Amino acid sequence: MKSIAVKNIKGRPARSVILVVISMLLTFAIFGGTMVISSLDSGLSALENRLGADIMVVPFEATTQKKFDDIVLQNAPGYFYMDNARVQQVLEREGIAQASEQFFLASASASCCSVAVQIIGYDPETDFTITPWIKKSYSDSLGELDVVVGNDLNAFVGDTISFYGVDCKVAAKLDKTGTGFDTAVFTTKDTIKRLIQSSVDLGMNIFGKVDPENTVSCIMINAAAGFTPEEVVNDINLHVKNVKAIQSKELISGVSDSLGGVSGIIRVLICAVWILGVVILLLAFTMSVNERRKEFAVLRVAGAARSRLAGIVLGEALMICIIGSILGVLLGFAVILPFNGVIEQALGLPFLLPGAGRCAGYALASLLLCTLSGTLAAAVSALRISRIDTGVILRGDN
Amino acid sequence: MILSASGLTKSFYRKTANSNRFTAVDDVSIELKDGVLTVLMGRSGSGKTTLMNMLSGLLQPSSGSVELDGKDIYSLGDKELSRLRNRSFGMIPQGQTAVSSLDIFENIMLPFFLYKDSTPQDEEYARELMKRLDIAHLEAAKPAELSGGELRRMAIARAVVRKPMVIFADEPTGDLDDENTSVVFEFLKESAHQGAAVMVVTHENDAKSYADTLLEMKSGKIV
Ligand SMILES: Nc1ncnc2c1ncn2[C@@H]1O[C@H](COP(=O)(O)OP(=O)(O)O)[C@@H](O)[C@H]1O
Ligand SMILES: [Mg+2]
Repeated sequence: MKSIAVKNIKGRPARSVILVVISMLLTFAIFGGTMVISSLDSGLSALENRLGADIMVVPFEATTQKKFDDIVLQNAPGYFYMDNARVQQVLEREGIAQASEQFFLASASASCCSVAVQIIGYDPETDFTITPWIKKSYSDSLGELDVVVGNDLNAFVGDTISFYGVDCKVAAKLDKTGTGFDTAVFTTKDTIKRLIQSSVDLGMNIFGKVDPENTVSCIMINAAAGFTPEEVVNDINLHVKNVKAIQSKELISGVSDSLGGVSGIIRVLICAVWILGVVILLLAFTMSVNERRKEFAVLRVAGAARSRLAGIVLGEALMICIIGSILGVLLGFAVILPFNGVIEQALGLPFLLPGAGRCAGYALASLLLCTLSGTLAAAVSALRISRIDTGVILRGDN
Repeated sequence: MILSASGLTKSFYRKTANSNRFTAVDDVSIELKDGVLTVLMGRSGSGKTTLMNMLSGLLQPSSGSVELDGKDIYSLGDKELSRLRNRSFGMIPQGQTAVSSLDIFENIMLPFFLYKDSTPQDEEYARELMKRLDIAHLEAAKPAELSGGELRRMAIARAVVRKPMVIFADEPTGDLDDENTSVVFEFLKESAHQGAAVMVVTHENDAKSYADTLLEMKSGKIV
């Protein structure tokens, strides 16, 4: 014969299902919420890494573009240029340890992409922000007309994509980053200059007849030892005309503020759901045990010790909570894994799922926490039933 | 084998004009001997159930003692006393006492189920009891499907399945028809003759004819 707790669970399927569902929702809320918060945190640090430099210098007129933040933070399609003279003046300033130029171009239409994508060119000789990312997926250096595509783009290694009539080969596809990296295309300085030239030749460049050899979109800079990024930014803005130096910290402060707000709300919600769930389980277990007081008295008459009664109540709760928590974690995965793109769009924030190990850790922790709190909620009933006054209950239906 | 109680008293909190205590059982001494069917009668509220609960180890007396073969059962800890109840006492409480999630056979085997110590012979005996009590065909049924008389017979089978030394029955025929009533008394009488000490609390006048010892309670005392 199976244990009495198992029999009780099976004997009252409706009650058991309701309890399982409650503990499932409790676990789902805690696990799902934690996953979202952690994904937002990873998204933010991915964004910080994506910038990868203390300072970004752009042509002054670019900062008045409405989409400026989206272009530099999310790799939204869009571009702006400054000439080499301005770049040279910037590079002559003090306090610069590393500097590398980048070149932007938005594609008009490409076979891979239903919408325009941002193409970003970097200088392999000086670059320190993009290469480390690409290195994770592609260790060779990019050849002429080779491109690396973001994870969300519908193009695969070996494919050919055409930009402004120039065929480029997909040399690598990046890992998922949860940022604008996922929808961008990366290539070298030399390749992007050919693409810019081609856009000019086709009359499709919004700046008309620009000279690719004399255009730079932005300069990424790291401050040298002994200089704070703030000092370097102020120095550049004071002495170089028609450029704008911006601290990366400032650029992402908008994002990190709203991220802090969203995670704060989710944290409060998790707490509320947790308290509510525990209270509901507490009531549900109390009701389920109260309703069976007479049955517990019968067990006592048949020779069950007080501790045994408590054990049966706890055993029932433990089984219900374990089953519920496992289902809750599975539900969490089932919602977050396939829909993380939707969640990212809905929140409008960078969203990067933690790695498998961290996910498993959160799953296990939520499982333990919910099982523990559910069982603790049942402990109240267990304690009460162990103090049962069998005599009173058996007199009960005189 | 003898269950003997001396000076058993139980009082409950109850506010009256001149005191806060109400004495439900008042200085009762009683002996239950093997082979003897004791019938305890008395008006409702006279303290019969309270006395029986104290004798069966379910209710701690306010004073007095209950001894099984000279050993004070209330000196035992809860675990030991529970095990003693499980092994040596069979009780048929008032009212319905089925565990709804167990089927009839499992309900009857409950005393073994609790300690997971049944043998095939025990199961055989349980089936034999079910035959004698005419509920063999209900073995796999759930309590909700049974009538009052069938449930009562199930409770009787459960009380005796471990062949206890003492059998307590609290108004076992209260809600039964005449036919079921005589089945129950016959069965209890037979159990006594097989060597158990049996105590039956009842209103039933017919019970007198089955009694080896007839006692009456009035206001907490045996008269
Ligand atoms: N737990 C209790 N608390 C207060 N009063 C009780 C309790 N149990 C029994 N009594 C009182 O003790 C008296 C005897 O009760 P009981 O033993 O059930 O009588 P009987 O079984 O003879 O009908 C009753 O007046 C009842 O109200
Ligand atoms: Mg009574």
